[in-house]
Amino acid sequence: MHELSICQSLMNQVERIALERNAQCVTSIIIGMGPLSGVEAELLKNAYPIISAGTIAEHAELIIEYLPILVKCDQCGSETAALPNKLVCKQCGDWRTTLVSGDELLLMSVELEKQKEMTTHALHKEALH
Amino acid sequence: MCDTCGCNITHGNENLIRPGGKLAKTESGKEAVTVLHSLLHENDHTAQHNRDHFDQHNVLTINLMSSPGAGKTALLEATIQQLDPNLRIAVIEGDLETENDAERIRKHGVKAIQIATGSACHLDAHMIHQALHNLDLSEFDIVFIENVGNLVCPASFDLGQHKNVTLLSVPEGDDKPAKYPVMFRTADLVMISKSDLLPILDDFKPENAKRYLRDIASTAPVIELSSKDKAGMPLWLDWISQQIIIRKNYLEEHPVSAGHAHDHHGHHHHEHHHEHHNTSNMDTPD
Repeated sequence: MHELSICQSLMNQVERIALERNAQCVTSIIIGMGPLSGVEAELLKNAYPIISAGTIAEHAELIIEYLPILVKCDQCGSETAALPNKLVCKQCGDWRTTLVSGDELLLMSVELEKQKEMTTHALHKEALH
Repeated sequence: MCDTCGCNITHGNENLIRPGGKLAKTESGKEAVTVLHSLLHENDHTAQHNRDHFDQHNVLTINLMSSPGAGKTALLEATIQQLDPNLRIAVIEGDLETENDAERIRKHGVKAIQIATGSACHLDAHMIHQALHNLDLSEFDIVFIENVGNLVCPASFDLGQHKNVTLLSVPEGDDKPAKYPVMFRTADLVMISKSDLLPILDDFKPENAKRYLRDIASTAPVIELSSKDKAGMPLWLDWISQQIIIRKNYLEEHPVSAGHAHDHHGHHHHEHHHEHHNTSNMDTPD
């Protein structure tokens, strides 16, 4: 269950960004994750409510983008899709490949609701009063 | 992965951040902040800090990982007995509970620090950083880190080691690399341990284990070793000697900056504030 500690690390980053930008709350968090990241998406989702309780991101939606495994063949140069335990080139069958994508574990973006910032709509409403 | 040069943008995720991609849209009154940091950013930062400390003292650090009971401590005991006595060894032991493994190492006259992780299933860079406060690195040439016995979680956490060695013991079966690809992909050397059992447990075929490793595109050398009858020990000791030379040559070409050169020995409090903010504004349509 290392997903709990990874989720804690996520929360530290999100809270820092929200604080820096004077956000009122965090509305969504997008994670990019590959099958070779070593992290189980479902466990991370389960850990999220526990870790986010009482934080600025308590009600944020956690969105997980699943990134595909792609390998580039060191021999024939083809870039092909692969399975976690079969990272061989689908074109020529050689095992000497380099992983192009699939081991990511990234905080990709955070959506914030800003504090004390008048939107155009709010400014218009205020002008009417 | 690095968090500074944009190489986190891969073929797999670039479509998400292009204009019109999922991450580029945002409702009015909200701000979308693109981050593209590893979730393990904090850990990785501390790991690099640890590595700088090892490098300043020319210490080679090897992280041993395996299932529980694959023979990590026995390998260390055999290594201590047979390694060149001019090489000074220290061991950092990770277990959920007990000082048992550290005590086994200390019996050989080697400095051992036990980290009891409580319920944590892996060591992380912060735990190693704490342990380094009790280790004067100028007194050692090699630090072995014996990770918590687990083929899953330790693979995700960089500790600041230079090399990973993954043990696969004969009773576990030869298909472990296919079952735990994330762990075996991190290995710089795979050791088939308890090789004295190969004649008895003859359904374990070392060539199968090697084939499964090639399937995950691993270029790691494979050594069959028995800590009991010492078969395979010369190959392992040679590999360690090679790593020392490789590291030495690397450090001659890439000297460590003095920026981190504070003494870690003894008790002191320090805070490091190296912020590597890489956040940037995304399109905010309004």
